[in-house]
Amino acid sequence: MAKEGLGLEITELRLGLPGGGAHSAQHGMDKNEKKRVFSEISEDNENGKISNDQKMQSKSQVVGWPPVCSYRKKNSFSEKLDGSKASKIYVKVSMDGAPFLRKIDLGMHKGYSDLATALEMLFGEALRDAESCEFVPIYEDKDGDWMLAGDVPWEMFIESCKRLRIMKRADAKGFGVLRSREALNGSLKNE
Amino acid sequence: MNYFPDEVLEHVFDFISSHKDRNSVSLVCKSWYKIERFSRQRVFIGNCYSISPDRLIARFPGLKSLTLKGKPHFADFNLVPHDWGGFLDPWIRALAKSRIGLEELRLKRMVVSDESLELLSKSFLNFKSLVLVSCEGFTTDGIAAIAANCRFLRELDLQENEVDDHRGHWLSCFPESCTSLVSLNFACLKGEINLGALERLVVRSPNLKSLRLNRAVPLDTLQKILMRAPQVVDLGTGSYVHDPSSEVYNKLKSAFQRCKSIRSLSGFLEVAPRCMSAIYPICTNLTFLNLSYAPGLHGNELTKLIQHCRKLQRLWILDCIGDKGLGVVASTCKELQELRVFPSDPYGAGNAAVTEEGLVLISAGCTKLNSLLYFCQQMTNAALITVAKNCPNFIRFRLCILDPIKPDAVTNQPLDEGFGAIVQSCKGLKRLSLSGLLTDQVFLYIGMYAEQLEMLSIAFAGDSDKGMLYVLNGCKKLRKLEIRDCPFGNAALLEDVGKYETMRSLWMSSCEVTLGGCKTLAEKMPSLSVEIINDTDQMEFSLDDRQKVEKMYLYRTLVGHREDAPEFVWIL
Repeated sequence: MAKEGLGLEITELRLGLPGGGAHSAQHGMDKNEKKRVFSEISEDNENGKISNDQKMQSKSQVVGWPPVCSYRKKNSFSEKLDGSKASKIYVKVSMDGAPFLRKIDLGMHKGYSDLATALEMLFGEALRDAESCEFVPIYEDKDGDWMLAGDVPWEMFIESCKRLRIMKRADAKGFGVLRSREALNGSLKNE
Repeated sequence: MNYFPDEVLEHVFDFISSHKDRNSVSLVCKSWYKIERFSRQRVFIGNCYSISPDRLIARFPGLKSLTLKGKPHFADFNLVPHDWGGFLDPWIRALAKSRIGLEELRLKRMVVSDESLELLSKSFLNFKSLVLVSCEGFTTDGIAAIAANCRFLRELDLQENEVDDHRGHWLSCFPESCTSLVSLNFACLKGEINLGALERLVVRSPNLKSLRLNRAVPLDTLQKILMRAPQVVDLGTGSYVHDPSSEVYNKLKSAFQRCKSIRSLSGFLEVAPRCMSAIYPICTNLTFLNLSYAPGLHGNELTKLIQHCRKLQRLWILDCIGDKGLGVVASTCKELQELRVFPSDPYGAGNAAVTEEGLVLISAGCTKLNSLLYFCQQMTNAALITVAKNCPNFIRFRLCILDPIKPDAVTNQPLDEGFGAIVQSCKGLKRLSLSGLLTDQVFLYIGMYAEQLEMLSIAFAGDSDKGMLYVLNGCKKLRKLEIRDCPFGNAALLEDVGKYETMRSLWMSSCEVTLGGCKTLAEKMPSLSVEIINDTDQMEFSLDDRQKVEKMYLYRTLVGHREDAPEFVWIL
């Protein structure tokens, strides 16, 4: 099997203290008696640090663990962690009047309202400090056009968004830019 | 033996409501058995295969309320194949044919078909209450039948079921004449509903006390509903997203202010954290708060909310609350009795999680705590010992460390001592779930101290048969034992076969028991049903007695082997 060549025997589950002989009292299980439902599981090596990704990958192969009922699994986990593949989509975010730009990972958010909250956290102070000004979120898409955020479904948005800009509404006057998705728009309005 | 006429005894028995006590009463003598069975209205059947519908009907002709449980608990975690069993249909058909005036049906982990629901809705004129928990097999068409035909329906409660949503008009199926609803919970339905029909239903249900909406109900509908139903006691919001500076939100705020009776709050299936302030007025009186389906609520907004909930008795949250957040709970919720902390990230990447620190804080601040479900990143013996000292009143203690065999995070020792302290201190402990690195020692402690223990869940623990034996020999009140991935084998399984007759069921998967061992057990105990469940992956089950059994489920039964077992289940 390929994995033997990679020296991954150490990652076989054993019912014993981690690290094998380095600890007191080796308990029970013969190394050959692999637990049947595991393919691989990493144990925290006393010296080594197994990368988080590797940990996530191997743990996801344990059937029925953690013991969370399937209904809950489908409905409460942050969608970004479904299948443990979080795509990182970092885009620059600029805000009119703010001295520097920020970066945000679009893959970390589930939807527009979630994004709005995140933007608020990044620019909260600047949003508050600006003199009762309303803001409009726009983004640059793959074609280089500037689009109003909120029109297309979230999944489509994160695929085409290259950068974000929080524009003062005053600058958009006359363009009939009044409505985006309520949540996103509303959350960016200055209170 | 009777010094009183039957009517007097019956009247006395009326005051005895607990199932356990009524069962005891029926064992006293023949005459009490007879009086009890004719007066019995509520029956609880913990394993639907332990008895048959016919025998139930024969014994309790006055039956009004039936509770049935189907699949074993580990079915929740995908350890039981889909068509294993637990069908409602034969029960409904038998009851429908009989003269039983069924009024209430409560099901858990059963397979329910639309046909069954329709038959149910048409067969019992006085049917009042349907509660389905973790069931599957039905669609909204079945629910529509219930709505349409049960003229005196009071309760329709769907909790965490897998329902095929046909986006039908089930809500519109409640006739105009239906004004008796007290409780309506459809939070688990995924599809759109007719909002107008919902509002009209609420308006004509003056007794409505419990209402749990699904994701398809937007905030403005919630506001309208609350204006018409300020008497509601238990509320589950649907989608809780809106612009906090809007008119609708303002109206919602006033609506909440009028709802002085709300004691229980859940939902927030989609949530805009900045809209939570509308809820603050009802927080002061809340006794139950369930935010476990709201991963969008965390950090400051979450703790701010909790700080308003001084009377909270039960709290269900996600681990993104963090240890610090638990500290806020500990200092705010002095009346807390039950805490459930669920994982927001099942694979424990470590960012959003709680540790032993949070639990210790809770135990120090919430001394009335008696029920815990805690998914955490790590645990220590010291922490568990402290918790045991601070909270001796635990009835339910379920700890789940996301890494199933993780030792004490500080000392690297097994967690035997910590759990040992829990069972020693909590003399009333009825339910225990273990995790982390554990040796036979923890089972020695459990056998020695856990005298009231009724249910025990074990995973990846122990070294030898001794572990399981300590439990079987020591825990006299044990009813349900479920074990996965432990080195327990035939010696432990067969040492005291009579024990299983005193229990409801035993589940063992990925352990060391062999086919031969199971066969021996089945031979010796004809009153047990010993099922071997073969995963669909295994195309051939070898008949070699030395073969280890992947999944075994055994239970006591009065009616022999079930006849509805699928191909992959072999009943010995």
